[in-house]
Amino acid sequence: MSRIDLIFKTLKRERKKALIPFITAGDPDLATTKGLVFTLEECGAHIIELGVPFSDPLADGPVIQAASLRALGQGVSLGKVLRLVEEIRQGTEIPLVLMTYYNPVFRLGLEKTARQAALAGVDGFIIPDLPPEEAGEWRELARANNLDVIFLVAPNTPLSRARFVASKTSGFLYAVSVTGITGKRKGIPEGLIHYLRMLRGVTRKPLAVGFGISTPSQVMEIAPLSDGVIVGSALVDLVAHYGNKRGGFAHIRSFVKSIAEALP
Amino acid sequence: MPDKKGYFGPYGGKFVPETLITPLKELREAFRGAMRDRHFRAELNYYLKVYAGRPTPLYLAENLSKTLGGARIYLKREDLAHTGAHKINNTLGQVLLGKRMGKSRIIAETGAGQHGVATATAAALFNLKCHIYMGEVDVRRQAMNVYRMQLLGAEVIPVKQGSCTLKDAINEAIRDWVTHVKDTFYVIGSVVGPNPYPMMVREFQSVIGREARQQLKRTEGRLPDIIVACVGGGSNALGIFYPFRRDPVRLIGVEAAGLGLDTERHSATLSKGSPGILHGALSYLLQTEDGQIMEAHSLAPGLDYPGVGPEHAFFKDSGMASYVSVTDDEALEGFRILSETEGIIPALESAHAIAYTSRLAPETTDDQIILINLSGRGDKDVAIVAEREKGGKDS
Repeated sequence: MSRIDLIFKTLKRERKKALIPFITAGDPDLATTKGLVFTLEECGAHIIELGVPFSDPLADGPVIQAASLRALGQGVSLGKVLRLVEEIRQGTEIPLVLMTYYNPVFRLGLEKTARQAALAGVDGFIIPDLPPEEAGEWRELARANNLDVIFLVAPNTPLSRARFVASKTSGFLYAVSVTGITGKRKGIPEGLIHYLRMLRGVTRKPLAVGFGISTPSQVMEIAPLSDGVIVGSALVDLVAHYGNKRGGFAHIRSFVKSIAEALP
Repeated sequence: MPDKKGYFGPYGGKFVPETLITPLKELREAFRGAMRDRHFRAELNYYLKVYAGRPTPLYLAENLSKTLGGARIYLKREDLAHTGAHKINNTLGQVLLGKRMGKSRIIAETGAGQHGVATATAAALFNLKCHIYMGEVDVRRQAMNVYRMQLLGAEVIPVKQGSCTLKDAINEAIRDWVTHVKDTFYVIGSVVGPNPYPMMVREFQSVIGREARQQLKRTEGRLPDIIVACVGGGSNALGIFYPFRRDPVRLIGVEAAGLGLDTERHSATLSKGSPGILHGALSYLLQTEDGQIMEAHSLAPGLDYPGVGPEHAFFKDSGMASYVSVTDDEALEGFRILSETEGIIPALESAHAIAYTSRLAPETTDDQIILINLSGRGDKDVAIVAEREKGGKDS
């Protein structure tokens, strides 16, 4: 059983939901990212998503694009993120998931990526531009290295396809809350409740909801219909403002705690 | 080609966020349905004929042939198509398809502005709302085309992300499409992007090769020996190559070597790049060791792209076509020679094909035939060339 499976199992027993924060690795620098991971864990995160910067992040809105550019400016690459994970892993057992576009993985080599990631202590991958149809070889290599491969479904994914995607995902199923890109949004998208209920009907795997979730009140509405929430842009925005300021972590802490407290 | 999953050999595919998977499937089905529908084809052919001015002439460039020595050189005059380039073939097809699918809004990316102008033109013709994404750097470099698009009723949205050029405009257009996919049709300008775009754009552009084939058979009674076309994303090249792909004809794609292949300032993706994933397809790319996409460079704005259509990657690997490159300086020489010998000012993109032909022709004999795809006219580039002559500065 993977670390991710284990955490969802434990949370389910305790009738709790997972808090999954996303930060871009290397923004503002790798040392801060390392510190942030431990801070996020202290504040109640259950799984952490680390974004690998890419020059052309076409599923991301302006906030994560900008973070990605800043990290690239620091010379951050997939290789460096893997080494960072290795360091972080010395100090924590929290599940770490890499969110990366496919090209850096393809370029490093699928096998090499899977092997090095497993050795470093990565638990899984989310690759938004690698749908299950294109991921045959990657899934095999990931499985051989005990890595979870997390696929996404979107509100316009038909029921039959959602069933197919859910059958291929491992760790959890990532439910994109809107037809759109990442970024903070107000309120709950129309139809989200119905869509999440529909997803519940197609899989028994854990369901985590992401894209646009930035406030405790959104979390309170969404949490009962899912097994976890992913908070990205809102947090990345705070990191951009306070990440390298003295005492800046206090702002980040209070935000993450407010989200954690909104969760059952 | 492509196969069911949209692959040309190992290249192509559909590397896109989940939100686009279903719309791409619908697009593929709509395209197939349209191409099987006699009425759709008739409507498209009607507009290609009376609106875009097809068939474009096939012109025997006697002066150029004599000056270079060797083969008889024919020019396929896409520069005479409406809006001044081959781009209109594709945008009429895609916008008609968008209309058939009931979409109310058209979006497109543009680098130099040629595809943007051709899309805005088709959107005006069919009365659809039109938004064009264009890198901020290009908006500045191509002010005239920005104004043309606005005259045509399109809204030009400057893209301030990344390198602020064509690849970023495509990223932003894809982000728009992901967000407004229900009512929006994305008109891609070249044989790039996720399946079915590379196939669809090739189909709409193949009219170039089909006409040229017929025209040559009529005038010369035979096929050409060599076909030369410039390659950025590769739509004009594939458009002329494709109908000849099974013939004993040498197909040569000319990439932009910019300041030289030994510098980092070029767009020679097939000559110097390596396989990777950009804009939804696996193909050759200009990328760093870490898999970050590099900026491309060419004096010709339409060749300035760090990727290339996946079918070209397949043509290269399988030897169906060969790919060469010429520098900015050589392209300028091609620009001049065609202007002076034939009174035809070519687009800087097409000037790359002329430039390579200047190198190639002396090695051929006068019983041979070279066919060049003259993909666009050069009015849009006169300012770039003039500035270059004045300052000798790289744009």
